[in-house]
Amino acid sequence: MTKRKNDSSKLGMNRTGIKASPKNGPRMIEGAEKLTLAYVPEDEEGSYVRMMVRGASMEGTMGSVPPPPGPKGMVKTAAKMLGGRDPNLLIDKLGARIAFERTGVRLYDAALVKLAATGSWEGGPDVEGLRHIREEEHAHFLMLCECMESLGGDPTAMTPAANTEAMASEGVVKLLADPRSSLSQALEGLLIAELADRDGWMGLIHLARAMGNDDFVQRFEQAHLEEEEHLRMIRTWMQQRIADASRFELEEQAPPG
Amino acid sequence: MALDLFKERGTRLDQQHLDWQDLSPMPISKLDDDAFTRVRIILMNGIEQQRGRLMHHLAQFHGPLRVPLAQVRRVSHHQQTMVNWLLPPDQTPLETTIAYEQVAIEVTAMIAQAEPDPYHAQMHRFGLLEDFDHLYRFSALLDRTEGKDANNILQSYTDVAPGRPTVIEHRAPVDDVRRPYDRQTADALTKIHNLTLVSGEYQTRDFYMTVGPMSPSMLGRLLYAEIASIEEQHVTQYESLLDPNESPLEKWLMQELTTVYNYASCVKTETNPRIRAIWQRCLDNTLGHLHFAMEVFRQLDKRDPRELVPERLPEAFSYTNNRDYVREVLKDEVHLRAVGQEIVDPARVSESEATERYRALINKSGSPTSSVADGWQWRPGGELTMGPQALMDFSAGRLQ
Repeated sequence: MTKRKNDSSKLGMNRTGIKASPKNGPRMIEGAEKLTLAYVPEDEEGSYVRMMVRGASMEGTMGSVPPPPGPKGMVKTAAKMLGGRDPNLLIDKLGARIAFERTGVRLYDAALVKLAATGSWEGGPDVEGLRHIREEEHAHFLMLCECMESLGGDPTAMTPAANTEAMASEGVVKLLADPRSSLSQALEGLLIAELADRDGWMGLIHLARAMGNDDFVQRFEQAHLEEEEHLRMIRTWMQQRIADASRFELEEQAPPG
Repeated sequence: MALDLFKERGTRLDQQHLDWQDLSPMPISKLDDDAFTRVRIILMNGIEQQRGRLMHHLAQFHGPLRVPLAQVRRVSHHQQTMVNWLLPPDQTPLETTIAYEQVAIEVTAMIAQAEPDPYHAQMHRFGLLEDFDHLYRFSALLDRTEGKDANNILQSYTDVAPGRPTVIEHRAPVDDVRRPYDRQTADALTKIHNLTLVSGEYQTRDFYMTVGPMSPSMLGRLLYAEIASIEEQHVTQYESLLDPNESPLEKWLMQELTTVYNYASCVKTETNPRIRAIWQRCLDNTLGHLHFAMEVFRQLDKRDPRELVPERLPEAFSYTNNRDYVREVLKDEVHLRAVGQEIVDPARVSESEATERYRALINKSGSPTSSVADGWQWRPGGELTMGPQALMDFSAGRLQ
């Protein structure tokens, strides 16, 4: 089952780092020291920090929570479900979890593809385990869509929080999609995603509780428990990977016979 | 009231000043701004890009034009920067790709409906159905690899469904070269339309050639490679519709007129006041460029620009939803094929041997555009809203 063609920690011809170039490296340092005349802006307005702060102070937002699509009665129902509180924050955060769980399903699809292509290691991810997580992420996505609908919100909309989380996790999506990343490297990405997901659910439970929606609290707590299990599974697979890799190294170094 | 091109002189070239802050305005909101604002931004980037490209090429072939072209080109370059920098950083390359295809569909549909020459209108409808298919394929990729719904970019203006399947859009080069308009008899609007489409398709080709290698998944990389090849065919088609006998100055003048026309359309239809002010500024500058080019035309070609430039600017683009029109074209013309300079019904005229041979060779290891959309249909919120049946089955190698 174990294939090692994508072994991530194998010694090779990596050319990065100043020490990879024993002749040209020192000349690089010498060049920078001799040739750079430090630029000092004429006035403080041109300084690096001022320029950065000015950029960050410009007006403009990434976007807003969409207005409720249904009739006015729906909005009243939503407000009633939340004890008269403004649903916008909850809608924003629900949108974030919807998007994250949906992308999460695709991350596990990508992990399943890697598993099918390269195999696993002893105690590593198997089809059953990855599918189990994938199906739960999918079920969470569908459950969240229902919750959003019950508030009169649109589960297909991209809320600002959904967009923020998508930006923050872009690297994870890329890592899982890259055909050259190994299954063990993919797990590094899944770990980041599961850690963020677990805390996302905790925030959502807190918010639903503050808004007095016990039904949501109960459903979110169940999902949170399942996410905790996902995290444990990923961590176990990663630990097994380290154990497996060390064992493999020892076997390789052991004298024949 | 249409703009009087000989009275409206815009801003004089030596009065046009932009600084770095102008060149990097606050981007639009991916979530809140109207999709047609994004469509205009992308198209105008393409128009400015083509303007710069043309002016560079003309300067390499026509000595007396080198300095005047360099003067206008510097402002054009900065305008392109200002316009393109309006795209927001939270819009990923694949989301931007969805927007590019929306531009191709909506702009080509507007042009095909307004085009006075029936032969050219047919070419535009032919290209339209191919770009329509690309949107469907890229939307499947976005859903299946990133778990995102393309409609959050499209905002329900543009249908997501198969067009002329990309797998059969591959043709031998000889079947992409069409008949050009006649520079002496063609309507100015026909020239403007073709230059607009050359600009749009060229920038799409170049964009895919830039972001294709940034696509992380192998299927994504293959998809960009396949669709970029069709965009190259489209540039060939639209470019071949331009009269190759136009003088260098004539070409420059028509490109300036096309730019004025497009900025004027943006000013007329833009819904975001901050962006409209940018369009207005670019329109004023570009009117200055048109008058500058007309003066050079008088001096060097010894001709009256009224031979080419109409008194009044033609009716502006509407930038409205073209759904019904696109569906009608899809229903009536999706089966058509290209043979040489003509669009034909394959029931009557077979495709050329050259195209059949080329297509068989290029698709011999399968077509990524077909694989990516295997069993996929757009639905709000993505394929996963179908419920548990949206599950990969690796034993069968396809979706259950």
